[in-house]
Amino acid sequence: MDELMLDGNAVAGLLQEVFAVEMTTAIGTCASCGTAGPVGAVHVYRGAGIVLRCPHCDNVLAKIVKSDSRVWIDSRGLRTLEIRGLV
Amino acid sequence: MAGTALPGRLTWQLAELVEVVVETPHAKTIVFDVPGWPGHQAGQHVDVRLTAEDGYQAERSYSIASAPDHTRVALTVQRLEDGEVSPYLTDELHPGDTIELRGPIGGYFVWEPSDGGPLMLVAGGSGIVPLMAMIRTRAAAGDDTETCLLYSARRQDDLIYRDELEHLSGNGLTVVYTLTDSHPPGWTSYARRVDREMLAEVAPGPAEQPRFFSCGPTPFVEAVAETLVQLGHEAGSIKTERFGPTGG
Repeated sequence: MDELMLDGNAVAGLLQEVFAVEMTTAIGTCASCGTAGPVGAVHVYRGAGIVLRCPHCDNVLAKIVKSDSRVWIDSRGLRTLEIRGLV
Repeated sequence: MAGTALPGRLTWQLAELVEVVVETPHAKTIVFDVPGWPGHQAGQHVDVRLTAEDGYQAERSYSIASAPDHTRVALTVQRLEDGEVSPYLTDELHPGDTIELRGPIGGYFVWEPSDGGPLMLVAGGSGIVPLMAMIRTRAAAGDDTETCLLYSARRQDDLIYRDELEHLSGNGLTVVYTLTDSHPPGWTSYARRVDREMLAEVAPGPAEQPRFFSCGPTPFVEAVAETLVQLGHEAGSIKTERFGPTGG
């Protein structure tokens, strides 16, 4: 266990900034193991960028890099992202 | 237009500090007035942004401690000696000063009285803050959901909200403390780290299908969640929020 590890709650503000909806209740499906679960429960590591990992198999779900007014999202480890609560 | 947030769209807003409450030698509650605050759910947080004169910005997340209350939002901030933001919030900021914040943020680690229980809250250190918002929301709603708080701190001095928790106890709320580093003479509650035996004694059994919320430092939360699964609780019933080792 890595003491630096956080969870999806820690990037809720950044994700909401990008997607314009609450994202911790969105359901992500891991492209590696197929486990589906809420974004709030994914493992998060912060460094030069942010890495989201599957809490089940540790696969990298997404990498996010923010710089001033730009953001890059590499989400190849996510098979699907189901966003809920749209109106 | 600043401050008139579209649903879902996060915007930075100016918030004015209106009250400071000293909670412990290392923690203060800072209460802000946020015009147009849309209300929040217990367990949500805000992002706080500080901007230095040279334009350097630092952002941190803080859990909301208060139950929804018009335009007032209370944060309880633990002062970290080498922190970049928390010493400013706890020592430098005075009533009348303004900061930038945005929120409310989050929807996973939240509880509302209509969600029901039994509710089992497990707090490590300042991880009590979002769980206190749940307890306060429950009390404000006159809700009697069976609720147990297991609150671990290093020393008695570090326990935040102790008087209020004592006052709110009863009516279905049980508060259990454990002190890990030292305890005063005559201390009758637990005096060790949260472990399997303690969780088995304090938490409702798996048959009661309790909803768990655990917040604290990452190793604390990991140990709690792992132990609850070993005790036969559904992993999906255990919601966690981890603090990093630094942050503040």
